[in-house]
Amino acid sequence: MFVRGLKRKCFDGEEDIEGTLAGIKAIPSYNLQRQSLLDMSLVKLQLCHMLVEPNLCRSVLIANTVRQIQEEMTQDGTWQMINTQSTGQASLDRLVSTDILCRSSREQAEGKHIPGYSTFNKDFEGDQAQGSSETMSTASSVQAPRNLQSNVWEMENPQENKGNFQKSLDQIFETLENKSPNSVEDLFSEVDNSYYDLDTMLTGMMSNTKTVHCDGLETFSSPTTATSNSNCKSDLNELDHIVEILVES
Amino acid sequence: AGFGNLMQDVLWCFSQVKGTIDIGVTEADIISTVEFNHTGELLATGDKGGRVVIFQREQESKNQPHRRGEYNVYSTFQSHEPEFDYLKSLEIEEKINKIRWLPQQNAAYFLLSTNDKTVKLWKVSERDKRPEGYNLKDEDGRLRDPSMITMLRVPVLRPMDLMVEATPRRVFANAHTYHINSISVNSDYETYMSADDLRINLWNFEITNQSFNIVDIKPANMEELTEVITAAEFHPHHCNTFVYSSSKGTIRLCDMRTSALCDRHAKFFEEPEDPSNRSFFSEIISSISDVKFSHSGRYIMTRDYLTVKVWDLNMENRPIETYQVHDYLRSKLCSLYENDCIFDKFECVWNGSDSVIMTGSYNNFFRMFDRNTKRDVTLEASRENSKPRAILKPRKVCVGGKRRKDEISVDSLDFSKKILHTAWHPSENIIAVAATNNLYIFQDKVN
Repeated sequence: MFVRGLKRKCFDGEEDIEGTLAGIKAIPSYNLQRQSLLDMSLVKLQLCHMLVEPNLCRSVLIANTVRQIQEEMTQDGTWQMINTQSTGQASLDRLVSTDILCRSSREQAEGKHIPGYSTFNKDFEGDQAQGSSETMSTASSVQAPRNLQSNVWEMENPQENKGNFQKSLDQIFETLENKSPNSVEDLFSEVDNSYYDLDTMLTGMMSNTKTVHCDGLETFSSPTTATSNSNCKSDLNELDHIVEILVES
Repeated sequence: AGFGNLMQDVLWCFSQVKGTIDIGVTEADIISTVEFNHTGELLATGDKGGRVVIFQREQESKNQPHRRGEYNVYSTFQSHEPEFDYLKSLEIEEKINKIRWLPQQNAAYFLLSTNDKTVKLWKVSERDKRPEGYNLKDEDGRLRDPSMITMLRVPVLRPMDLMVEATPRRVFANAHTYHINSISVNSDYETYMSADDLRINLWNFEITNQSFNIVDIKPANMEELTEVITAAEFHPHHCNTFVYSSSKGTIRLCDMRTSALCDRHAKFFEEPEDPSNRSFFSEIISSISDVKFSHSGRYIMTRDYLTVKVWDLNMENRPIETYQVHDYLRSKLCSLYENDCIFDKFECVWNGSDSVIMTGSYNNFFRMFDRNTKRDVTLEASRENSKPRAILKPRKVCVGGKRRKDEISVDSLDFSKKILHTAWHPSENIIAVAATNNLYIFQDKVN
């Protein structure tokens, strides 16, 4: 797994995170339970998008639960703590990648205003629905879940979601075969061969990375992720760090 | 231990069971709706495979008084087929979500059946005579050579074996973007409504290419969506009044005379939340899965995940009665959330006199609550209790501590065996209980 190699290099905030975690561990079981409920909810929401046509009532109820958890986490500071860590945006990344899965394709916007990330944070309002929105993965805010919500039931364009998902999977496969351009190879020089395994790919790490250097890969026009897996929490931290590096360059 | 009689002398007995006993259940055979017609003569079921099966009660015979009118298959037809929505690249399931009967106005029977997107009006009629003696064609239907015909005769009707045919008379399509969860026939018998997650439409039975939108809760910005419509029903007597329930545990009563689009409710029923019971699952378990007017029209009954509530139409701030269906699940909500059982939509029904209410639970249990005596009973629909006229023994779930001999512990409950759909005969103590792919019919004991 490529992340293993990178972890050695880049995880600056590791000790800080551990220190903070020790603080949170004052009430471990409640927070753990809450976190696992959050993880479970996010997985459920993604699963709905993989099915034929999700049950809207169920999606709404799950999304409301996610929002409740997020609000509580914001209130008791747990959310903030996670936010302030430089690379420790674990749950947010998870939410972000969930959103990437859920949102309708930007290129299919065709003049229709797709809220995307735009509504949850005033700063981002209105001008985020652009093609090169991969930078958004670093700009995720506390209210990313709201975006998640919007796309969970944009049933007006479910075909976009489903079609987009399919298209993104196709693009992943295509890109694999193409032997990606140099930029990719440089980055992934330490990558394990298992990187190209289907499993690895579908756990979303690969696509997250790919979204970053979209300019180098013409085959990729929309960011995707097949599934975001809560087990990739730390892996996503690393990805986010990579994203930051590449964006700055 | 007595049988814990419900009403004074009602003992429920097994009557019949329909469906196969196979260990592996074909998904298409799973019953998704059950409904008696207005006289109780007919009992319709819909399944996941889009089929409707109608049972008819046989005439009671003096020779066999204990066989109090058994239900036998009367008609079977394919109501809905799976479809593919090419615009959205999505399949439309053929599962029958609801069946509602129209009151009988002539010799034929009419019912509405709906899947997620399309409502159909079916006519079920009998044919027991056929004409014979045509002039232009012979008995096999082949045309005769006109030059060979030398005389004319009048065709006569001769008896034939009874044939029941179902024909689709109207198809009400393309009016719902979201999934239809309810249909309800208006007391004027000229209109009906269909409700999906976000909208309710009013139809005239004669007009299939138009419907009026009477409720629309879709927000302009879908990101703001936090509540959906879960069920809707017309008042049994007032053709201008209907109610709809939501995923947030509220019920709105609307009057169609006030405006064309009933976005503003006339009454709003909501029980204040109990802060001591608050959890992350509070909202989910408050979501109403079914709403039913009493026959009298004075009350509405709602079902949420753990309770059944009865509301007086004149009191909006809280229900007048609350019944715990399976409160022992309250401590298991996280597991039930994980396995999705918390999203199961149980229905509820009134008996003919509105004195008893019934709803289903897990492990093929179903519960009845007597509103007058405040007693309740748990019964089970299972093949083990399926001897003819066998009296059903009340079941009990043991919550903790020592489990008695006949009790079952919460952890032993089978959550795959859920009774979501039940029906009560309009005037007699006959109930139909759908247990996955089997339909059980229970009657009260004839003394």
